[in-house]
Amino acid sequence: MPAGLAGYILRRLLTVPLILIVVSFIAFALGRLAPSDYVEIQAGTRAQPETIARIREERGLNDPIYEQYVRYVGDFVTGDFGTSAKYRLPVEDVLLPRLWITLQINIVVVILSWMIAIPAGVWAALRRGTWLDPLTIGLLLLPASVPVLVSTPLLQYLLVVKLGLLPSGGWSDAEYFGVELGIFSKRAVLPVLIMTLPAVAGIARYMRGQVLEVLDQDYVRTARAKGLPGTAVVTRHVVRNALLPIVTLFGFELAALTGGSIIVESLLGIPGVGQYAFEAIGSRDYDGIMAVVILGSTMFVLAMLVVDVTYGFIDPRIRLGEGLSE
Amino acid sequence: MSAFESSAPLQLPTVSQPQRVLRRFLRRPVAVVALSVIVAIYGIGILAPVIAPESFDDTDLRARNEAPSWDHPLGTDNLGHDLLSRSIWSAQTTVIISVGTVASAGLFLGVSLGLLAGYRRGLADFIIMRLGDVFSSVPTILLLIIINATLKDRFESWFGHVSEFTGIGWFSDSGVPSYFLVFGGLAVFGWVGIARLIRSQVLALRESQYVISARASGASTARILFRHLLPNVGNLLIVMLTMSLGSVAIAEIGLSYLGVGIQDRPTFGIMISEAVGPGKLQNVREHTHLILAPGFFVVALVLAFNLLGDQLTDILSPRRR
Repeated sequence: MPAGLAGYILRRLLTVPLILIVVSFIAFALGRLAPSDYVEIQAGTRAQPETIARIREERGLNDPIYEQYVRYVGDFVTGDFGTSAKYRLPVEDVLLPRLWITLQINIVVVILSWMIAIPAGVWAALRRGTWLDPLTIGLLLLPASVPVLVSTPLLQYLLVVKLGLLPSGGWSDAEYFGVELGIFSKRAVLPVLIMTLPAVAGIARYMRGQVLEVLDQDYVRTARAKGLPGTAVVTRHVVRNALLPIVTLFGFELAALTGGSIIVESLLGIPGVGQYAFEAIGSRDYDGIMAVVILGSTMFVLAMLVVDVTYGFIDPRIRLGEGLSE
Repeated sequence: MSAFESSAPLQLPTVSQPQRVLRRFLRRPVAVVALSVIVAIYGIGILAPVIAPESFDDTDLRARNEAPSWDHPLGTDNLGHDLLSRSIWSAQTTVIISVGTVASAGLFLGVSLGLLAGYRRGLADFIIMRLGDVFSSVPTILLLIIINATLKDRFESWFGHVSEFTGIGWFSDSGVPSYFLVFGGLAVFGWVGIARLIRSQVLALRESQYVISARASGASTARILFRHLLPNVGNLLIVMLTMSLGSVAIAEIGLSYLGVGIQDRPTFGIMISEAVGPGKLQNVREHTHLILAPGFFVVALVLAFNLLGDQLTDILSPRRR
């Protein structure tokens, strides 16, 4: 590991808890500012106001926000993540099976999108100046420009209703708590397809750009000049060097998937973290919202950290210059 | 590192470049078509009150879910709304939200905070950039949903008070509070990228020969920032602002689809949700026209932004020309 990088990573890691504290406080305060709370929602309209008031008092919902927040953080760091008000179960029991489902889908999406995008980007760059280059990129851009809101029902209709290739939704209740999804389940095909399509275009376009830059480099010309066959130049010199900066896209993709999961899971009724996040907000499931926000932000911050460190690792100029000195 | 070296990799445009960039732009048909599509949709949105055949909430219950006809070129929806009119009004919502957000977040907050952080350094820099870290480290959609779900009622009653107090009824008109809430929410997250870009450029340029000589000849900070530094990041700024218009539009459509964004006005998100939302899958076959109208506009807009972004990067990045 290059000198200075370890210290930099350490310094960045130290800021992670700080960021999480600010983010979680904002989410916490926002939750408490809502016009109704979970006690009211769960009690329904026929409950006695006194009963509601008593439950609020018991659960400490009348205390000042900062007192509630400090209490929450205290519980959180000692491993008590609270109770999901919606499911009346410990938050981790609700979240972990869902996290497993979301992760499986997202991992497949990441692997698949990279496996398609990298060759496509290289292919397009090598055919620069011919009609194949814009055609490839255009073919990838078109599906990427159809928002999931539109592509989901259309694909659902085509593949499930019309052609009957895939099972219709049907995520059983059993799957909510603990039963494994299994990546190879046919049900996973639709969400994977819907989330992979938009991801491919971005990576392929970036890869194309990087390959074009590398093709201009002196060492590629040298490799050609000394008589290396074209394929060897491409695989050994061009692709390898173009891939390095691409790795940083990984962090951004992870971030985009976090957001994408909320919409796709809600659309397809997949019992993952994204769907739970949406449900939890609707039912003022405070502890659930907080757990999702903290989980999401942690992943996000770590992904960005990986991005920055990779940049520094790849390009020493950044490490020595402004980028990392902060 | 000497001043010359630090500015060397950033050979940014000289004064004569805007014309050259424009000429390169006009020579690319894809770029011109993409820009025209965006301008057309924005034009439709801005002119909505003039060109929409019907108001957005005119219903005709005798003409529900009708296929396209001469009376209703794009058909009607479940409540007998004219879909052409709904689409035109939705374009207006998209224009208001994306221009409002990009102007307030990208242009105003992003540029001024970026300039401040990069030029002043020190404490201001530290606070601004750490704040940016915080805002860019939350999954945006998640927090936007929380903001919209929790603050909406407070916001509406607050706007009600303002309009009572000032006597300006416009403030509490249907839709206005939710516009402010949505672009306020988006703005909080939207400034970070632009601020980072401006800051990094200013950091590189502040030690360049021409800034040093301007400072030496007694130019004020404001003059250096706006006369010497800002024009040099102009090209990059245009690309980033264009791209944020696209991403804000997508965010707005997603939010209103989920029922947490604008609700009193038609938006493409609401139209899509009414057409093929959960449990309405049979509409794809039975009333295909319902998804065609919003689907066409949204896909055209997003595709145009994607293509334009591609073309602009190609045109402006010096090495890939």
